Amino acid sequence: MDRQVSMQGQGLVGMVAVAPKLSSAARRRQLREKVIAGVITAMAFTGIAALVLILVFVAKEALALFLDAEARHEASLSKMFLPQVTRAGRPATFMWQPVSSVPKVSMIPLFIGTLKTTLVSMVVAVPVGVAGALFAAEFAPRRLREVLKPTIELLAGIPSVVLGFFVLMVLASFMQDTFGVSSRLNALVAGLGLSLAIVPVIFTVTEDALTAVPRSYREASLALGATPWETAWKVVLPAAAPGILAACVLGFGRAIGETMIVLMASGNAAIVSASLTDSARTLSATIAAEMGEVVVGSPHYSLLFFLGVELFVFTFVLNMLATTWTRRVLKRLSGAGA
Amino acid sequence: MKTFIASLASLLLLVLPGSSRAGTVTVKGSDTLVILGQRWAEEFMKKNPNTKLQVTGGGSGVGLSALINGTTDIAMSSRPIKDTENQQLSARTKAKATEIAVAKDGVTFYVNESNKLDALTAEQLRDIYLGDITNWKDVGGPDAPIVVYSRENSSGTYVFVKDHVLKGEDYTPSAQTLPGTAAVVNAVAKEKHGIGYGGAAYAKGIKELKVLQGKEAIAPSEANIKSGKYPLSRELYFYLRARPEGEAKAFLDYILSPEGQALATKVGYFPVK
Repeated sequence: MDRQVSMQGQGLVGMVAVAPKLSSAARRRQLREKVIAGVITAMAFTGIAALVLILVFVAKEALALFLDAEARHEASLSKMFLPQVTRAGRPATFMWQPVSSVPKVSMIPLFIGTLKTTLVSMVVAVPVGVAGALFAAEFAPRRLREVLKPTIELLAGIPSVVLGFFVLMVLASFMQDTFGVSSRLNALVAGLGLSLAIVPVIFTVTEDALTAVPRSYREASLALGATPWETAWKVVLPAAAPGILAACVLGFGRAIGETMIVLMASGNAAIVSASLTDSARTLSATIAAEMGEVVVGSPHYSLLFFLGVELFVFTFVLNMLATTWTRRVLKRLSGAGA
Repeated sequence: MKTFIASLASLLLLVLPGSSRAGTVTVKGSDTLVILGQRWAEEFMKKNPNTKLQVTGGGSGVGLSALINGTTDIAMSSRPIKDTENQQLSARTKAKATEIAVAKDGVTFYVNESNKLDALTAEQLRDIYLGDITNWKDVGGPDAPIVVYSRENSSGTYVFVKDHVLKGEDYTPSAQTLPGTAAVVNAVAKEKHGIGYGGAAYAKGIKELKVLQGKEAIAPSEANIKSGKYPLSRELYFYLRARPEGEAKAFLDYILSPEGQALATKVGYFPVK
């Protein structure tokens, strides 16, 4: 959008230069337009500048990990990603205990924890969110839809610390009483809590994408004799696929970066295990739990910023992949249409 | 012109609270000490309304690193300052931190009230927290896995247990770390097979384990902690960047006065004297 605005601004500049004689009122009006366009452009670029500055800051703080000799010794790449012997006579393991007298900085347990909680939340939230949106957009009577939509969107307004508290006090006990898992706080419970936070994100964006599908598609499908269900499933849903994928990516981004819920509900034990009912420690929760304590400039401090960089890279790569996929789907859809 | 004056006035209002910060003493750190620190501050401010004390928690490590970074006047800590921390501090202030013991505390191990065990030896506690013992039946309990709760590594109690119970070795990775002693107490109160640790003042709704020495089970009682008979007694500290002066000194004098120490007992800790 900002590009358009700035182009408009340039257009105005051109017009002022070319137009030979204007009344002073018209000239003043043009000047005013120019100023307004300039202000809007500046605001748009403030956002970009903030993003770039944050990126530079985080990367700079993490860079010390590779430049500082002490940090390189304490947290080399091999120590981060390869198993280390932590107790004499024990097999090498992945361990995250950066404040130990011999710091252990393996990031593998954190990756696994992040992956587990995020996957659980996506597996729950994507079907619920997409199905809810499909129902709201295609099948729900108008009055029900008017209740359903704001209600689900209200869920997005609940502060995550409140969700976390609910999960910690109620959901965790319920899950343990029902399924009898050995640790009350685990990746499954945290993932379910996360899904509460991301269902509204997926629902809202998917619903918008579905209602944006042109009416003529539905009418054509129904005219050909397809039932409403077939129309919704085979015509509307594929046509809205790029939007739905964008919804999922947004949801994923929120799930991977969400901190409070996982901090409260995952148990925060950095262990390597495939079981969903074991405790997990995520990247974001680690940053939140440890950042308050580190001495500025220490290897541990840089390490936490490095975790931040990794989180950023994950979401960035995912966004890139999703965008390319969306473009390909759009091309195929418009190609089929033509 | 009117709007100009108005904006000037609002600017002044924004600046004013900043300039009145001169009389504010910030106290930050140990979650074990934070409830006591807040009580001390409340009582002290009742007597000295001109002094503003801000007491916040976060963990001993948080307090000490804030002291090193110069963002707090006093750091509360439930463990002695580490050599590395003192080095970092003296690199900035050319002096070592001033240490003042303000109260005594016993670190207690908690289990669920339904747990039949009453006492464990220090070695058994160590093995549980190292991950060598993972089932209650190995220490005389029921056949059930032990769910181990620990604190975040910013906690002074985490470091105390690591130094005094684990003898410096690392916690088992499957120990679940929780923010705050209250969270540990809450978790153990809800988890039938859980075990956790924390300051004695917090122990409500759970069972405090006695520590078995030879044939004698020593309870974390006031007498045992005060006399140092309970093996996991510790002192709680305030740290300053330099010798206390002015308002900070007045606050410390109050804390160490009989009245301040009586307040410590009331909150659930024990006097240093």
